[in-house]
Amino acid sequence: MGAAKMKDKLIYALFWLSGLIIVAILLSIVGYVLIKGFSVISLDFLLQSPRKAGAEGGIFTTVIGTLYLTLLALLMAVPIGTGAAIYLQEYASDQSRFARMVNLTAETLAGIPSIIFGLFGFVFLVILLNLGWSILSGGITLAIMILPTITRTAQEAILTVPVEYRENSLALGASKWQTTQKVILPFALPGIITGVILSIGRAIGETAALILTAGSSLGMPLSVFDPTRTMSVHLYLLAMEGISLERAFGTAFLVIVLIVIINFLANLSMRRFSQAMH
Amino acid sequence: MQSTTRLQINTRKNNTIRFAQNSGRGRRHKGEKLIEIVLLLCAALFILVIFLITIFIFAKGLPLLIKIGPGNFLFETEWSPTRGVFGIGSMFMGSIMITLGSMLWAVPLGLSTAVFMAEIAPARIGQVLGNLINLLAGIPSVVYGFIGLIVVVPFIRDYFGGNGLSLLAGIIILGIMILPTIINVSRDSILAVPNEYKEGSLAMGATHYQTIARVIVPAARSGIITAIVLGMGRAIGETMAVVMVTGNSAIIPGSVLEPVRTMTSNIVLEMGYASGDHQTALFATGMVLFIFIVCLNLMINLMARGGINSGRS
Repeated sequence: MGAAKMKDKLIYALFWLSGLIIVAILLSIVGYVLIKGFSVISLDFLLQSPRKAGAEGGIFTTVIGTLYLTLLALLMAVPIGTGAAIYLQEYASDQSRFARMVNLTAETLAGIPSIIFGLFGFVFLVILLNLGWSILSGGITLAIMILPTITRTAQEAILTVPVEYRENSLALGASKWQTTQKVILPFALPGIITGVILSIGRAIGETAALILTAGSSLGMPLSVFDPTRTMSVHLYLLAMEGISLERAFGTAFLVIVLIVIINFLANLSMRRFSQAMH
Repeated sequence: MQSTTRLQINTRKNNTIRFAQNSGRGRRHKGEKLIEIVLLLCAALFILVIFLITIFIFAKGLPLLIKIGPGNFLFETEWSPTRGVFGIGSMFMGSIMITLGSMLWAVPLGLSTAVFMAEIAPARIGQVLGNLINLLAGIPSVVYGFIGLIVVVPFIRDYFGGNGLSLLAGIIILGIMILPTIINVSRDSILAVPNEYKEGSLAMGATHYQTIARVIVPAARSGIITAIVLGMGRAIGETMAVVMVTGNSAIIPGSVLEPVRTMTSNIVLEMGYASGDHQTALFATGMVLFIFIVCLNLMINLMARGGINSGRS
């Protein structure tokens, strides 16, 4: 008995160690980028357009490009993804073949690597539909990639709406859509917002699919038919082609800071959401 | 426990729906029907998209695969687009080696962290760790690649030899990247093990660790396997981080210190300037990757249906 307890203690220590290793890995990655990148960040770096392929100047056009692409993708994916979630939770029966099929495809879609989406966007949007390397091609590709996240979180949020709410609304004579619109969606909104925040994180970090669909032009994008370069693609090219290590650190700094903020917001909205339920 | 409540919600939901359908007739009927159709189309879009992706990747890749034969394409190790020789054997091996290598260390570390979070850590610490792991999952792959290039590659060059851009660098970076998937999914499945199992084991005089090793982990088995397979899928599909740290020579590496090229790297490196057969060969590479990933997904789905406790439902 005593020996077994001793052994338990030892093994406990190993479990604690594995937790510590994870924390150490995370803190050293985030800390390293923040410390090395901080000195590069200035207003000029953020607000000047890149010159000489990014070796000089700032990263302004890539910030705008990222913003454009993210907004466009959300504009498409949020209504469609939420609509799909409403249909699956409120209209379709769970046992229906169709609902099962949609759930299966959503899961499959979530597991497909981004490079495959890139190939698809390239052959279908860039070449076949002749949209070229553009914000539109990249935005549509990105929208497809974030659809599963948006739908899944919306589904989970809708699932938590108490059945009484629906029954009361329907009993008051509201139609099904009115109930969805006025009762279910407001209740599920924090959950849906969590999905949107997570999708923004994915959009900011996406690289492989966007190189193949949005291109890597450093010019200021004006219309959705212009090509653009996102911050992540910029970071990749700066580092890989050895253009400017300093500016690569600055870009990585900005990306990490955004991701940390997004993560914080997602946590916050999730907590709000679970509080609202009680 | 959670799944039973869900089931209840679902059956009650269906009753409400039936009720709603009965009361929905009348002047609003037309508008309601239209909205339902629009929502249906949103859901149907998922099926359409996966259909389109499959069609287009296959339509572009299959002709070349048939022309040179799937066996030749997969196992021929020479890749010289300029001479019209397309064999992804070395890349196929590269993907397998880097995936297995990263799992070799990330799976044990991930599982023990999952057990730690679910069973050992005080609730508060478990929660903080959970948040940190979500952050780890949110860091973009290009940032991991950058860290690998700036920190890991020089470290390997200085302490182990070679030029640092190597299979080993890829294994280290990729392992970190699949940790969150492994930890989160297996932790959920461990948490889903009914408390009675644990109490029963402790009541019989087993220590906490014996309970973890002989009762809890075996009960969460299918969820843990799902976690590992999902991590594998993530590793094999990862692109940017791998491109940045592995050196990308299309040869089968003789040691972990030699460079390697994966299937994903092959696509992203050459797609920009490829044309003709070369471009088609890259799509065929994507096709092989796609088939691989879909098979892994189907495996997970079958397991989820077969296992009692999958950790996902």
